[in-house]
Amino acid sequence: MAKLESKIPEGPIAEKWTRYKAHQKLVNPANKRKLDIIVVGTGLAGASASASLGEMGFKVKTFCIQDSPRRAHSIAAQGGINAAKNYQNDGDSVYRLFYDTIKGGDYRAREANVHRLAEVSNLIIDQCVAQGVPFAREYGGLLDNRSFGGAQVSRTFYARGQTGQQLLLGAYSALMRQVEKKSVTLYTRTEMLDVVIVDGKARGIVTRNLVTGEIDCHFGHAVVIASGGYGNAFFLSTNAMGSNGSAAWQVYKKGACFANPSYVQIHPTCIPVHGDFQSKLTLMSESLRNDGRIWVPAKKEDAEAIRAGKLKPTDIAEADRDYYLERRYPAFGNLVPRDVASRAAKERCDAGYGVGTGLAVYLDFSDAINRLGKEVVEQRYGNLFQMYEKIVDDNPYETPMMIYPAIHYTMGGIWVDYELQTTIPGLFAIGEANFSDHGANRLGASALMQGLADGYFVLPYTIQNYLSDDILTPRMSPEAPEFQEAKKAAQARIDKLMSINGQVSVDSFHRRFGLKLWDLVGMARNKEGLKQAVADFQQMKKEFWTQVRIPGDKNSFNPELEKAGRVADFIEIGELMARDALNREESCGGHFREEFQTDEGEALRNDTDFMYAAAWEYKGFDEDPVLHKEALVYENIKVQTRNYKK
Amino acid sequence: MDLTLKIWRQENRQAKGRFETYLVTNISPDSSFLEMLDILNQQLVDKFEMPVCFDHDCREGICGMCGLYINGRPHGPDTGVTTCQLHMRKFKDGDTITVEPWRAKPFPIIRDLVVDRSAFDKIIEAGGYVSVNTGGVPDANALPISKKDADIAMDAAACIGCGACVASCKNASAMLFVSAKVSQLSMLPQGKIEAKERVKKMVAKMDELGFGNCTNTGACEAECPKEISLSHIARMNRELYAAKIL
Repeated sequence: MAKLESKIPEGPIAEKWTRYKAHQKLVNPANKRKLDIIVVGTGLAGASASASLGEMGFKVKTFCIQDSPRRAHSIAAQGGINAAKNYQNDGDSVYRLFYDTIKGGDYRAREANVHRLAEVSNLIIDQCVAQGVPFAREYGGLLDNRSFGGAQVSRTFYARGQTGQQLLLGAYSALMRQVEKKSVTLYTRTEMLDVVIVDGKARGIVTRNLVTGEIDCHFGHAVVIASGGYGNAFFLSTNAMGSNGSAAWQVYKKGACFANPSYVQIHPTCIPVHGDFQSKLTLMSESLRNDGRIWVPAKKEDAEAIRAGKLKPTDIAEADRDYYLERRYPAFGNLVPRDVASRAAKERCDAGYGVGTGLAVYLDFSDAINRLGKEVVEQRYGNLFQMYEKIVDDNPYETPMMIYPAIHYTMGGIWVDYELQTTIPGLFAIGEANFSDHGANRLGASALMQGLADGYFVLPYTIQNYLSDDILTPRMSPEAPEFQEAKKAAQARIDKLMSINGQVSVDSFHRRFGLKLWDLVGMARNKEGLKQAVADFQQMKKEFWTQVRIPGDKNSFNPELEKAGRVADFIEIGELMARDALNREESCGGHFREEFQTDEGEALRNDTDFMYAAAWEYKGFDEDPVLHKEALVYENIKVQTRNYKK
Repeated sequence: MDLTLKIWRQENRQAKGRFETYLVTNISPDSSFLEMLDILNQQLVDKFEMPVCFDHDCREGICGMCGLYINGRPHGPDTGVTTCQLHMRKFKDGDTITVEPWRAKPFPIIRDLVVDRSAFDKIIEAGGYVSVNTGGVPDANALPISKKDADIAMDAAACIGCGACVASCKNASAMLFVSAKVSQLSMLPQGKIEAKERVKKMVAKMDELGFGNCTNTGACEAECPKEISLSHIARMNRELYAAKIL
C-alpha cells in the first residue's frame, strides 16, 4: 500500500528550502562518477536536469522519442516565463509570485513547493541570460517584461512569441555540451516502455529503438521521468502529435501514485476547430490578451447574422459588443486566469452568442492598433499574427481573430514529495509530468518556470539526498532477471498489439475516444456524464485490445505501432481522469462540476471536504484504483474564494 | 479538391526507393498539407498497407521536425512556413504533387520521407553553446545589451533546425544553420568570450560530416521557413577569418 509522505521541511516557509539545502545529504565528486541517472524526456525539465546533473559529474543517460532533444514540445511555448525579479518596480516579490500561483491554482497546490518555485524563479532568468538566451530588451539594454493572466504585475520575461523555443534551445545547448564531454549519453528516437524495479527501488528502464524496433534495458541508480503531460488524450489539443502520457502511465502501473488526473488546463485562446480532418489545435499566446480585447455580439441576432455570413465583425457598433470579461471581471478584465476566461467563452457560446461556427469568440486588436500603431503591435505579436493568417487565411490586423478554448496542459501528474520523488524510491518526476506546483489551474508563463526550476535548481539537489545512500551500490547488468523480466513483458505487449489484426485504425480509436473525453470530462463535467465516461472507457479499452489494426512490423520504423501503445494508455488515463473528476464533488480551477457553481456561474469550491491532493494507486487492469489523500495545509496564505472582479 | 500524389517510398536506408502514385479526393482547401497526408494514410491503413512515414510533431511551425520536399521546394510553395503550416489552399484542384524527403548525404533516409538529421546535433555538440554551468551566474540585468544587438541575435536564434537550408542547397551546405548559431552567440557579450573557438569547431565539424560549402546562391535564405538572413553567413565567415588570422 502506497504511503504519501510529503517530506515538507520544518521551519517558516521562506526558510524551508534554504534549511533543506543546508541539511540534505550530498554526494562527493568521486562518487558521482559511479552513479548513473536515467532521464526520460528532453523538454525544459529533462534537458535542464540532464545538463545540470552531467555538469555535477553524474553519469547521465537521456532519452527522447524525437530525432533530436531540441524537438521536445516545450519548444512551442510562446508567451513567456515568470520570475519575481521586480525589475519593473511594480511591487513584485517572491511572496507575491508564491501567492499568485497558489491563488491561481485555486488553493489546491502544496505551499512549500510553490514557495520554492517562486524563490528559484529569479535564478532561472539569470541562468538563461548567461547561456545567451536572447530575451526581449528595452532600449536601455535591460530586460523587458509583459503581463500575463492572474497577476497584477509585469513579471513575464519573453523572447518575441518564441520564449519556449529560446529557453529550450538554451537547455538543449547545455545538454549537448555535456554530451560532448561524455557525461551525458543521448538516446534519440528511443521510447521508454517500462520502468524496472529491483528490491522496491527504481533501477532502470526498458526502451524501444523507434528506428529498428530493438528492445533494450538500461540501468540507473535513479530514474527521472520528464516526459510531459497527457493532454493529447483528448486527440485535439495544443500538444505536439507525439506528446504522450505513456512513461508516466507505466510508472503508475508499477506503483507510483498518480495525482489529480482530472486537473487539465483548457486554454482560452486557441484557433477554433474548423473541420473533421483536423489533427491538432493551435494556441494563440496568452500574451495577446495584454492588448487584445475579447468580445461577442451583445445581440443574439447579430451573432446569428455573423454566423450566417451576413454581417462582419467590423459591422458591429461599439455599443453592440459585449466585452464580457471586462464586464464580469473589472479588476482583471481580459487578463483573468485561463480557467475563468475559458469558462466565460463557453458560457457566451452556449448561450448562443458565439461567432464563426458558433464555438468561437473574437479577440480584437483594433483598439491596440489605434492606440499604439500597427508597427508596435507587429513588433509584439508579429509572428503570432502571421501564424494565425497562415492557418485561417484571415488578416488579424484588419479583422478580429477568432478563438476558442482548447486542451493545453495537465496540472495533474505523477505524485511527488517535496524532493520530487514519487512513491517508488529512486523514481523522480519533474516538469509537467508531476502534479506538484500548479494546483487546479496553472497561470500563464508558469510552465516554463516550473520545468526549468525542477531541472536546473531543485532535482539536482534533492536527488543527491537519495543517491548518497547508494554510493556503494554497483551498476547492475541489464542481464539481471528483473531487467529481463521487464523486457519480456514489454515485448509481449508489443507482440499482442501486432497480433490483434482488427478492423479499426489507431487514429480512429483515438479520435472517437478523444471526442468523448472532451464531451464528458472536458470544460464542464457532471456526475452522470462522468459515470458514463468510466463505463464507456472501460468498454473502449476492451475494444481497443480486440479491434485495433496495426500495419507493418515491429522490427522497423513503424509510427502506427508507436501510436497504438500510446493510445492504449490514453484510454486508461481517461478512465482515471473521469474517476478523479467524479470523486471531486466541487469545482476548482480547471475542474468544473456543473452541480457545484454559484448563482453567477462561478466555480464553487468545497474546502471542508476536498482540500486535498487526490493520489491514485493502481491495483490491476480490471480493478478499481485506490484513492489516497494528501491534506493540503495553508499556513502562509489565507484561503479565500478567488475573486478577479475587484 | 482531388489530387494526385507522387510520393517517395523507401523501406529503410539500404532499400531501393521509388515513387508511388496515390489519389486523394475531397480534400478541404482549409486542411493542412500534413492533414492531407493523414487522410491518405488512413486510406492506406484501411487497406492494411503501410502508411507513408514522415516526421512531424508540433504542427505549428516551431519544433523543426517536419520537412518535406514538395514539388521541388523544401516545405512547398508557400514562403516563410514549415510543411506543417502549408495549407492545401496553396494548391489547385486536380494538381499532381510530388513529395520527396530531404536529399543530402549527411541526412540519410530512415524510411520514406523520414531522414536522420542527427548531424545537426553533432554540430551543436561541437561548440554551439556558451560554456556556463548551472548556478553561480551574475544577475540577468548586470550586463545590459543593446536592443539592436539582442534583436539581431534573436533573428538568428529563430532557426528551428529543420534542415531546409541543406535540402535547398545544391552543395548540401549547412552554412545557414551553423551561421545562425554562430551569429546569435557572437552578437551577445556572453558568447563573445569563446567566439573564436566556437566558430572554428563548428565549421570543422560541419565539414567533417560531409556538408558542402557555400557558393552564395541564396537558395537557403529563400527557402528558410524562418527567413533567416544570408547576412549571418557573412558574419560567420568574418568570425572564422578573424579566428584563424588574429
